[in-house]
Amino acid sequence: MTDTVMDATSSAVPAPSSLLASRRLPRWTPLAVAVIAIGVAVGIGAGAGLSSHIQWGLIALALFVLGNYAVTARVEGRRQAKDKVATSLVWSAFILAVLPLYSLIETTIKKGAGVVNGTFLTHSMNNVLTIEPGGGVYHAIIGTLEQVGIAGAIATPIGIFTAIYLVEYGKGRLATVVTFFVDVMTGIPSIVSGLFILSLWFVLLGHAPHSGFPGSLALAILMTPIVVRSTEEMLKLVPNELREASLALGVPKWRTITKVVVPTAIGGITTGVMLALARIAGESAPIALLVFGSNVINTNPFSGPQSSLPYYIYEQYVSGSTASYSRAWGAALVLIAFVMILNLLARAIAWWKAPKHSGR
Amino acid sequence: MTSTAPSTAPPPTAPPRKARTVTRPGDRIFAGMSTGSGVLLLVVMAAIAVFLTVRAVHAIAKDHGNFLTTFEWNAALTPPKFGVAVLAYGTAVSSIIAMVIAVPIAVGIALFITHYAPRKVGGAIAFVVDLLAAVPSIIYGLWGALFLVPHLSGLNLWLDKYFGWTVIFDKSDPNSSPRSLFTVGILLAIMILPIITNVSREVIRQVPRMHQEAALALGATRWEVIRMSVLPFARSGIISASMLGLGRALGETMAVATVLSANSELSAHLLDIGGGTFSQNIVAKFGEATDFGRDALIASGLVLFVITLVVNGAARVIIARRKEYSGANA
Amino acid sequence: MAKRIDVSGLSAFYGNHKAIDDISMTVEPGSVTAFIGPSGCGKSTFLRTLNRMHEVTPGGRVEGKVLLDDENLYAANVDPVTVRRTVGMVFQRPNPFPTMSIYDNVAAGLRLNGIRKKGELDSIVEKSLKGANLWNEVKDRLNKPGSGLSGGQQQRLCIARATAVEPEVLLMDEPCSALDPISTLAIEDLIGELKSRFTIVIVTHNMQQAARVSDRTAFFNLAAVGQPGKLIEIDDTERIFSNPSVQATEDYISGRFG
Repeated sequence: MTDTVMDATSSAVPAPSSLLASRRLPRWTPLAVAVIAIGVAVGIGAGAGLSSHIQWGLIALALFVLGNYAVTARVEGRRQAKDKVATSLVWSAFILAVLPLYSLIETTIKKGAGVVNGTFLTHSMNNVLTIEPGGGVYHAIIGTLEQVGIAGAIATPIGIFTAIYLVEYGKGRLATVVTFFVDVMTGIPSIVSGLFILSLWFVLLGHAPHSGFPGSLALAILMTPIVVRSTEEMLKLVPNELREASLALGVPKWRTITKVVVPTAIGGITTGVMLALARIAGESAPIALLVFGSNVINTNPFSGPQSSLPYYIYEQYVSGSTASYSRAWGAALVLIAFVMILNLLARAIAWWKAPKHSGR
Repeated sequence: MTSTAPSTAPPPTAPPRKARTVTRPGDRIFAGMSTGSGVLLLVVMAAIAVFLTVRAVHAIAKDHGNFLTTFEWNAALTPPKFGVAVLAYGTAVSSIIAMVIAVPIAVGIALFITHYAPRKVGGAIAFVVDLLAAVPSIIYGLWGALFLVPHLSGLNLWLDKYFGWTVIFDKSDPNSSPRSLFTVGILLAIMILPIITNVSREVIRQVPRMHQEAALALGATRWEVIRMSVLPFARSGIISASMLGLGRALGETMAVATVLSANSELSAHLLDIGGGTFSQNIVAKFGEATDFGRDALIASGLVLFVITLVVNGAARVIIARRKEYSGANA
Repeated sequence: MAKRIDVSGLSAFYGNHKAIDDISMTVEPGSVTAFIGPSGCGKSTFLRTLNRMHEVTPGGRVEGKVLLDDENLYAANVDPVTVRRTVGMVFQRPNPFPTMSIYDNVAAGLRLNGIRKKGELDSIVEKSLKGANLWNEVKDRLNKPGSGLSGGQQQRLCIARATAVEPEVLLMDEPCSALDPISTLAIEDLIGELKSRFTIVIVTHNMQQAARVSDRTAFFNLAAVGQPGKLIEIDDTERIFSNPSVQATEDYISGRFG
């Protein structure tokens, strides 16, 4: 920042009459510039016959930024103009990001809503040709619930105990190493955790896995570090005074942890676990490698291939027919709803269980 | 932040789970289970590295091409010939495109939330972005393939027409569908935007008010406040947020698999169909692969694993450095 | 250089909460005016209305007029950025930019205003640091980070940074409350030297300090917690501390409450 370049204003020449007053643009100027920019962009787009509306939008954004700079530089000076450019860029970034994300949600809801109904939710793809309409996601929902449930049952205790170790017991080099590798583990691509379980099966059992359970193991690898991180944050928020008060009463350390520390943080821990569940519920890569997908209902996660919602979406997309595309959108809507409900519940718990401070 | 209470050295063995008394044995078991969980994670990490390496070595030993420089992926051939050159190139290119697009926009949104939007609006947007970070990647993939791809044709043609001279935007066959590394990059950018925004926003929010007021009181405009006191303070945090996003982009599977029309050509023309990425290749080739073919895919997964380890490790080191640094100024 | 401040009918709000109510006063040019009063009486809020820093706080809003030699700071055609360049401020906790060197900290405001010639910057930085009685302590380490200095040195660095752009008025918000007695003395001496060049307004919790450094003193008070703060009286410091005209002022100064 040493060479921060700032612009000259009239400061070198003190204004003779007024020290403070300067020419200022009215507050509606940016809005007016935006309207003009959009108008001109539509003109250019239609005139030059640009087919893509994305281009129209980009031209409008560019005009908006340049127009703001020009107008402000003329009236208020270059420093203010730079400030305006920054403001318009920040707004543009916002709009640029909102559009695709909005479109994603809108498309999913619009295309999925027509598909999702009672039949869709309660039927499998058994005896349904992919090019024909009909069928449903029941088997995939079963698969997702079981796989995610088992993964959660494995990852939650390990994650919580690891967090307890890091916060309550961890000292020295081992704790540093564990912390570092938990962080690194957070970044493992889901496909790699799938490959790991695959090679584990090869080496230990000599054959490739084809059931829900290995998929759960891969998901558990993805989930554990997320649980560790969030639980750790929550345990750190428990004030030391609570621990000391309990220890001073002669309560053994492990009882202090189970009766005082964890209950204090339980709201936050629950939130973290639910967010982690939502996260792995959407993973499809390990399922593709380990569970293999299926068209029929298989309620046993330990034997035979299963389906899962995200993998079902992929299968239906790959099938490439109009009917399978609509099923993919339907399943996408179900999956988004599932993930969002988990997220909102998790946040509600966090909000509800949060220690009530004075203000927020 | 750890408890100040003295603890007995926890034995890493797991004694039988029966706590009759509430004194030493209970403590020991509990400490053992906690430590054991931590150690288990290390064991899993080590096992991932070892098992992947074992299978990978097995496959690479029989590879008749150079594993690092061969373009094609023909593990089923006798003798097998496969290499990661195209995959490494495709992964790098699509991730770079994603970063170039996503990082400035994410920082922009983070600043919008913290410094530009009215407070309540900012809070609402932050909440929505949080939720968007949870949208599963397969849904981005579905949307990317069925909505984004058709809508990018125009932009592709336009880039080809006016920027074709830059070679990278030269589209060899203007009529081909835009299922290119460029489109993958755009989709990845949209996917990693929420996570980079979230982390950057947290970092920017932690910039002490007093530094910003110092700049304001000197007569700085809002942008100058951001340049002088916000960005320098948040820079390392933004870098590590970007690295986290990069880690996601590098490993993303389904969104690439649905959008990219893959082949084993390495082309500088980003708008052309073709190329591939590590994880896309694994999913695409896995179905019809033999046992040996799967080992070959595991070998490519190992390369991806090492790359993401390096990227994430680097991000952590940057964060750790920042902690020391900001501690000195506390 | 120094300018007179005329405040009339000024109220400040946080959202719907009125923090200070209907304040009018005059601050003489080239003098030191101290604001005293119990916590929460709005003296810091009032200070921040004098360079339009109050409106930076979320929900912050101001009604009334502040004239700087007959120009209203709150007039429609006045840019708050210009106001803050003209009315400098020093904060409660020393806040040098942590990522900048000592030199760059002092030069920050100058660069904002377009001064970029090395020679010119050098001379103003030296002059400002000398003016803040800091030059001899830091002249050999101008390129070291400002955060490496002691608290008192950091606060003088902040004063040098604020004075480098030659403001008309210098506002100080409890500038010594985070400092040890020796550093406090150094700052108080400095205030005495600076008042020839700037109009100085200082908020302080320390009544001895108000008595030592100021020419005039304003006493603020609030009727009850949650009520807006009001200006009770403003007078020559000597008079306020010996024979104030309002009973509440005397009670506060003699330590009977607050």
